[in-house]
Amino acid sequence: MPDTPPTAPNRRAVLKALSALVPSLAWAPVARAQAGVATRPIPSSGEALPVVGLGSWITFNVGNDRPARDACAEVMRAFFAAGGRLIDSSPMYGSAQSVIGHGLARIGGKAPVFAADKVWISSGASGPAQIEASRRHWNVPRFDLLQVHNLLAWEEHLSTLLAMKAAGQLRYVGITTSEGRRHREIEAVMRSRPIDFVQISYNLLDREVEQRILPLAQERRIAVIVNRPFRQGDLLRDLQRHPLPAWAAEIDCDGWAQFALKFIVSHPAVTCAIPATSSVAHVRQNLGAARGRLPDVAMRKRMAEHVAAL
Amino acid sequence: MSEWWTYRLSDFLLFSPRTYYRLFELYNAEVWPLHGLALGVGLALLVLAARQRSVWTVRAACALLAACWLWVAWAFHLQRFASINWAATWFAGAFAAEGLLLLLGVVLPRQQFGRAGKPRALIGWGLLVFALTVQPWVGVPWGRPLSQAEVFGLAPDPTALATLGLLLLHGPAIAAGPGIMWLAWPIPVGWCLISGATLWSMHAADAWVMPLGAALAMLAAARRHAAPEPDHVQGNTRHAEPP
Repeated sequence: MPDTPPTAPNRRAVLKALSALVPSLAWAPVARAQAGVATRPIPSSGEALPVVGLGSWITFNVGNDRPARDACAEVMRAFFAAGGRLIDSSPMYGSAQSVIGHGLARIGGKAPVFAADKVWISSGASGPAQIEASRRHWNVPRFDLLQVHNLLAWEEHLSTLLAMKAAGQLRYVGITTSEGRRHREIEAVMRSRPIDFVQISYNLLDREVEQRILPLAQERRIAVIVNRPFRQGDLLRDLQRHPLPAWAAEIDCDGWAQFALKFIVSHPAVTCAIPATSSVAHVRQNLGAARGRLPDVAMRKRMAEHVAAL
Repeated sequence: MSEWWTYRLSDFLLFSPRTYYRLFELYNAEVWPLHGLALGVGLALLVLAARQRSVWTVRAACALLAACWLWVAWAFHLQRFASINWAATWFAGAFAAEGLLLLLGVVLPRQQFGRAGKPRALIGWGLLVFALTVQPWVGVPWGRPLSQAEVFGLAPDPTALATLGLLLLHGPAIAAGPGIMWLAWPIPVGWCLISGATLWSMHAADAWVMPLGAALAMLAAARRHAAPEPDHVQGNTRHAEPP
């Protein structure tokens, strides 16, 4: 698992310094990776991460179905080829972890994966064993990021993860929630613990995190991963009944998926969105949201109002 | 689970409909030609249900059903469904428990039995025949190929519905005496609800089948409490009494 050095460190450092001096610059265009994919720095390290990742909830849980496992591997291959890096999973997701491991093995050792997984077990003492089982499923030397899934037994697991990070067995530590649950506790952890990442749900319609969580993440310099960007597909199904507005071309959108993703990743606090898909065409389309122009504040407002009015 | 009220059924769905139905397709291919054996067991249960009740017909029905539940627990839930649903380990435990409960019908030293009344028998026969002959085809109108058929004795849904039908038909026999065979009801009824919830979360058009089957079975079973049915003496056993 390579630790890819940040691209264009000088420019990022300059942008970071400027953005600290001039708050409005936080809305400036994000950095571009060599492949033209927009990246954002992980605040705690400065490492650049493409703004679109890959989730594995439901889509990669295909069990022992060999053709389906191979199809998932092709999705991963297309994801990396399009400039993606972060893949997120959990022991809760059935066979998804082993399917990711299968994909990485098929692609070979050159996959630039940023391996993000979770610990999800009610016993703190059982956390290390579950993490090791997850690592074997992925077949990676170590995880880049481990998160406490849905705050389950979070105090015990966070101690484990922070100890692993201190021992060099893990690069980043995070916590997760979804669908707006337990935000008060999330805030409390963000304020009190030295976490690198927080994962939350955020999309064109579910915007509660804009009020407190996202500003707090900026204040505490915590990277933000966004799950459920399409409301498990329901949002796209609804949107696709309507024509894409012509002005979406101003931010280089070729469809509603990119429209929805560009809205999310253009928020300055967001580091990465993780749409899940089992389709090569869709993963390419999703990565397309990390290319071209991103909306500014006024355009984001227009996008949200347009979707709310549909 | 905190804030449990904020969860929807779909939040517990771990797999896509495509993956779920492929599971049956692969399972059918792997266990073929066990379908013939399962069909034979189903036919035997029909014959046993049609015959005059005796200790041995009830025991044989319980033994065959128990074998089906134990097989589904191991071959379907534990070996296959658990690969996409961690809860399937619990389902396997429940199905194995049901198999053991049905085995009580085989080994209990003294059996009591009777004949189901007409409405109860009608629903019992309906559920049994539906599970054996119609349920494998039920997805076809909505585009599911026959290779994904859910077959009695191999798949959980028709096994549960057929069991409810047989519990209705043999019910006075199975449920009487020590009363312990009433314990055979909750697991198939519970599975009907779980399966219905799973299919409903997947927006499956046939999601109503299993809950409706369970509701009909429970209504028919409850009716017996209101109107005790005539019993028939057979062999060295005595009449069933309403519990």
